[in-house]
Amino acid sequence: MSTEAVKSPIAGTKLRAEHVSMVFARDGKSTEVLNDIDLEVREGEFVCLVGPSGCGKSTLLNVMGGFLSPTSGQVRIDSQAVRGPDPRRIFVFQERGVFPWLTVEGNIGFGLFKLSRSEREQRIKHYINMVGLQGFEESYPSELSGGMKQRLEVARAFAVNPDMLYLDEPFGALDSITRLVMRGELLRIWEAERKTVIFVTHDIDEAVQLADRVVVLSARPASIQQIVNIDIAHPRDISSPRYLELRDGILRQIGFAHKI
Amino acid sequence: MNLAVRLRPIVFIAVLLVIWQIAISRHPGYILPSPLGVVGGIVDLLRHGLLLKYVVASLFRVTWGFVLAAVLAIPLGLTIGWYSRLEMALNPIIQILRPISPLAWIPIAILWFGVGDLSAIFLIFLACFFPLLLTAMNAVRNIPGVYINAGRNFGMGLSTLVYSVLYPAVVPQLIIGLRITLGVAWLVVVAAEMIAVDSGLGFLIVDARNAGNRYDLVVAGMLIIGIIGLLLDTAMRSLEKIKSFRWGYSED
Amino acid sequence: MNSLAEPKKWERFFWPILAFALFLALWHYSVIWSGTKVFPSPRHVEQGMVELLQKHILWNDIGDSLRRVLIGFGSAAAMGIPLGLAFGWYPAVNQVVNPVMQILRPISPIAWIPVAIIFFGIGDKAAIFLIFLGAFFPIVVACVNGVSNVPSNFRRSGRNFGLSPARILAEVVFPASLPQIIVGLRLALGIAWLVVVAAEMVAVDSGLGYLVIDARNSGKRYDLVVAAMLMIGVIGLILDLGFRRLEKIKSVRWGFRNES
Repeated sequence: MSTEAVKSPIAGTKLRAEHVSMVFARDGKSTEVLNDIDLEVREGEFVCLVGPSGCGKSTLLNVMGGFLSPTSGQVRIDSQAVRGPDPRRIFVFQERGVFPWLTVEGNIGFGLFKLSRSEREQRIKHYINMVGLQGFEESYPSELSGGMKQRLEVARAFAVNPDMLYLDEPFGALDSITRLVMRGELLRIWEAERKTVIFVTHDIDEAVQLADRVVVLSARPASIQQIVNIDIAHPRDISSPRYLELRDGILRQIGFAHKI
Repeated sequence: MNLAVRLRPIVFIAVLLVIWQIAISRHPGYILPSPLGVVGGIVDLLRHGLLLKYVVASLFRVTWGFVLAAVLAIPLGLTIGWYSRLEMALNPIIQILRPISPLAWIPIAILWFGVGDLSAIFLIFLACFFPLLLTAMNAVRNIPGVYINAGRNFGMGLSTLVYSVLYPAVVPQLIIGLRITLGVAWLVVVAAEMIAVDSGLGFLIVDARNAGNRYDLVVAGMLIIGIIGLLLDTAMRSLEKIKSFRWGYSED
Repeated sequence: MNSLAEPKKWERFFWPILAFALFLALWHYSVIWSGTKVFPSPRHVEQGMVELLQKHILWNDIGDSLRRVLIGFGSAAAMGIPLGLAFGWYPAVNQVVNPVMQILRPISPIAWIPVAIIFFGIGDKAAIFLIFLGAFFPIVVACVNGVSNVPSNFRRSGRNFGLSPARILAEVVFPASLPQIIVGLRLALGIAWLVVVAAEMVAVDSGLGYLVIDARNSGKRYDLVVAAMLMIGVIGLILDLGFRRLEKIKSVRWGFRNES
């Protein structure tokens, strides 16, 4: 991927990571976690960051979201440097995401404090319907299943109408069937309200099923090993030759054989 | 950087002491001693050999009461926690006895043991018994069912189950409970000595005030009580850190 | 836990009643066999309790003890919760103040009596001060721990949605630490109840603690002593149970697992 010193944005570029490196120093030891990451994400794109556990993909996501400052390099969104967290880019976490002391309505309405009362109620209703949680408005997260909690978190994120969504292994704590269902749900919601999505996962199948582009990261310190364009239209047939070809290509890139 | 940060609490304490000192010097006749007065009191106690004597007396009572309570309460608590019917039976009685301050037992203690060491040890025993009993009961209840099932799966009899599954699983919680209860014992011994005995750090406080308003000794005594209590707590915490006990803390 | 079948419903009442009856029998016969002239039998205690109730002494003393606990505990909570939240929120402040607290905390409130008398004279205020001392430290510690145990994702979400630090403290950190704070309050209330009894034995002349000492001193009325002790136990238990009710409220219940 070539790097250009960009002063004016490439048409359609939403986010640009320029030479991002991250070194953590603790007790005198320094660990290099990100190694010269250069990445460009276009508006409305669904990008997956894939890599082995602990490689630094969550760190990269945090840097792109403004929760961490890179040791060197910079991230720009809409040509503006990212300096901190912002409601225009909302995170969805794997666990401990939704607030257990608020109801479903309370959670979804959490970021809507700037709106008038009726606007809030309208929005909350809209997103409850969108994620399929009708009937559970007054329920607390402890009364919801894992999948429903993640739906709630997605609804909460969408409710503030962000430009970008950052998902950090959001389905990792769910069972495999629920995971499949949730992937479909996420795509459905995404196609209804297009945001730019950056999705972190260690599951290659998940990445190939969801993303427009898959960014394959190496083990720590993470650098971009490969970027794969997934040129299959949704809904994707996960037994189609093209899907398998793309997926196996990535597996091979990471170094895994076919047979277990 | 690290050193400056570590010094901050010390600076804070120093500032407090200075304020205290200045406040007292402004009111010369005031009954409350200044920090320097307190230091003088400590020196006084050391010189008369009283400090060591009283500290030993208090520690002696704490040790006996605490150990007796632990030796009785822990096995009992583990047993009660294990057999649900036993817990059902005894829980109400335990729950009524627990909130009764050990000091409220003083008349009975004096009736049974007279005024002296034995009474004090009895009070400390009481103060430690119920918390440890409940800690043990809770610890058993919190053993993940999968551990027991795994044990049974391997065909373990009761005694093996107790030794290989129960005991390791409850030890981390018990150690925390022991530390907290030791703190309680230290609080109670002082109170007990103020009321019912005639030696020890608690007695020192009462005596110093009664026999001549020696408030410098009173505050000196309080300070020493605080420091020893802190040392006891720190010692117990380092017990928690011993590696072979640490497995209980990783699942969080 | 044991291998026998699940206990049936009636057993929940049967076993405690059986144990209680055995306990009374044991007590009763011990008194007879030991030939003690002083230690009361259950019968004596019951009669003593009736006597206290009829003379209205008991109600007054209960009222006095509860009043002191209420004021002492209430002020400890009113001061301790904000302070504890602040210490938890600003770890630097906590680090500076903590050593002082660690030295003051192991000093039994009773040991403060001489100092309390200097400041407040003999009487109610001194007792309330002691209760305050006893309850204050556990409350502060519980708040500090509660705040520092708030999962980082919660705070991140707060920042992500654009809340100011003050709002994050109020709307995220505080509700998230509430379960732990409530446990701390419950424990502190238990301590307050212990301290009030002790304080009344030394520094005041009314209340349940005073009743215990007075009954012995003025006539070796051990039946009244034990009656008063039982009263102390029962009220302490009621206070504790009442507080546990709070733990069942839905917006807090998520933080609790089963405990005794």
